[in-house]
Amino acid sequence: MPHAIDDAITPIHIHDMTVAYHKKPVLWDVDLAVPEGKLVGIVGPNGAGKSTMIKAIMDLVPKASGWVRIYGRSFAQMRQSIGYVPQRESVDWDFPIRALDVVLMGRYGHVGWLRRPGKIDREIAESALEKVGMADYRDRQINQLSGGQQQRVFLARALAQDARIYLMDEPFSGVDAATERAIIEILMELRSRDKTMLVVHHDLQTVSQYFDWLVLINMRVVAAGDTATVFTEENLNKTYGGRLTVLSDAAQAVADHQRGVS
Amino acid sequence: MPVWDITFQFVLLGSVLIGCTSGVLGTFAVLRKRSLLGDALAHAALPGVALAFMLTQSKALPVLLAGATMSGVVGVLLIQVIVNQTRIKADAALGIVLSVFFGGGIVLLTHIQQSAVGNQSGLDKFLFGQAASIVASDLYAMSVMVVVVLVLVGLFFKEFSALIFDPGFLESIGFAPRWVDLLLMSLIVLTVMVGLQAVGVILVAAMLITPAVSARFWTNHLLKMVFISALIGGLSGATGAWISALAPRIPTGPVMVLVATGIFVISAFLAPQRGLIARWRRLRANHWRENTQHFLRACVELQEQVRQEMKEIALTELAQVMYEPLYRVRRLAKYLVKNRQIEISGDTIQLTEKGYRDGVFVLKSHRLWEYYLVYRSILEEDHVDRSADEVEHILTPEIIERLESILVEEHIDVENVSSIHATESGFRKAGQDG
Repeated sequence: MPHAIDDAITPIHIHDMTVAYHKKPVLWDVDLAVPEGKLVGIVGPNGAGKSTMIKAIMDLVPKASGWVRIYGRSFAQMRQSIGYVPQRESVDWDFPIRALDVVLMGRYGHVGWLRRPGKIDREIAESALEKVGMADYRDRQINQLSGGQQQRVFLARALAQDARIYLMDEPFSGVDAATERAIIEILMELRSRDKTMLVVHHDLQTVSQYFDWLVLINMRVVAAGDTATVFTEENLNKTYGGRLTVLSDAAQAVADHQRGVS
Repeated sequence: MPVWDITFQFVLLGSVLIGCTSGVLGTFAVLRKRSLLGDALAHAALPGVALAFMLTQSKALPVLLAGATMSGVVGVLLIQVIVNQTRIKADAALGIVLSVFFGGGIVLLTHIQQSAVGNQSGLDKFLFGQAASIVASDLYAMSVMVVVVLVLVGLFFKEFSALIFDPGFLESIGFAPRWVDLLLMSLIVLTVMVGLQAVGVILVAAMLITPAVSARFWTNHLLKMVFISALIGGLSGATGAWISALAPRIPTGPVMVLVATGIFVISAFLAPQRGLIARWRRLRANHWRENTQHFLRACVELQEQVRQEMKEIALTELAQVMYEPLYRVRRLAKYLVKNRQIEISGDTIQLTEKGYRDGVFVLKSHRLWEYYLVYRSILEEDHVDRSADEVEHILTPEIIERLESILVEEHIDVENVSSIHATESGFRKAGQDG
């Protein structure tokens, strides 16, 4: 980074972060400072470590090295300022629960252990459902919702968290066009209120339309910055072409060495 | 008959408590996909019971259950170690630990039975359970454990449900899922141990699983599922205790499990939405609806060929274009008359206003979808009709509207595509024209 970063006003500052699964590094030396009020796309090929980066920010996977600061503090201190939309496929949608109850989970972090969500939490959850256009489905069992509706419920849960930063893992995957439009409208509205969003995204065609800031990754940060300057053919080639064989070979070698194979 | 004396009341109360608690915790165990772990736990508890007796010469329930808990937990931890440290998968590890511990338990038990003190030890009741052996002090110990377990479930209900539905999210908001999971597992362990005396190590896991999966058939709501499961468990417990009290040679455990299984079978068939009969009915209703829609579409298509709005159609003609035998066409016609979609006179029918409207809608859906598939090159042209045949029945007016707007956006002349006079695609029944 050319100039010093003021942590206090930086939503997410990642320094020298390396993440490994079973001793095999999947993300190398990530340095990243995300500015406030941006809708940030995280783009890269399969296995590039997009989800891993989001999870590492939230301490959901251990870091091999480096640190993450949220407005200058640790994630644990800033938990309540962060909303999370996991991948839709990561949960069992046959679980016997209503849409509203899922959204209420977004309030659990504020409610704390043992206590039940109160009337205000319920109102917040209901207005979040309304915002994503699912008010009529509040009492619907989640297994009776379509994929797009399930994704909206997940988004509503994150909205109910009432956060300053939102981390979203492929919110557009497997949803219908109407849902995609509804979601992007909500994200833009959040941006207009100076919220910061990190969105793992797959569809290169919509990148420049949706995101004003972009992180291209393939096991390391290839490029990061304003979409206008970062979203270039050269950078995309670096991200998707070339395959960065040296890094992935090195990762394999490290893993083999640790396992005592080589 | 030992019906309402005080001893039997103990037995009955004990069995009901066990059934209810297993039902409640079973709900979480089943949803967390930990049903088999309960089984391993119970089998692994047997050597603990025997060892506790050998070391203390005491038959007091708390002593025996402490031993049972310890060896049960050691067994489950051992499974974890095997899975983590070797390439052996969880199911095999579970099988190994379960049978080794159970075998060891049987050896120790046989040894005790043959020794001098063993004859009246009655430890074999832990194999299949004997509710009749529940005495006042047992009941007291049981009640304390049950109250503790149920209170904790009540307190942590929100944490447990979030843990099962989305552990990653739970962790992101600061509830350590590892601790929540440990607590849930501990409560499951306690529940299994409480059930050992009455149901036995071999079958106690069934009381964890069966009421819960039965309850799942009746509801889509977690709290209701917990209560229904408790009810089924309690009912099985009461029945098991009753029968084994009437005929003391019948062990309680198997009877309880049989009753629970009976309720499971009833649930699987009769439950209103998830039950097999309901599912079968839905399939039939769908089938019926598809056939009537085909009928109406055929009528509209026949009409448009002669460009005449309300033409009389012969049933034989319909049967021909629908590739259906006449008797089936006749049966469909009778049904449609009841629906006021057609009128019938002798062997000819005529669409009513309503029937015409419905038929046009089906036809339009069919053609729009067909066109959409071809246009998007999802399918080759000669594969399209069949797929459109299947889909037209599930397209709702909203989807049709969206489909239209997509095609309009892409400058396709929708009126031309869906106009009922514009296409010469004849009526074909799915899959019968190759």
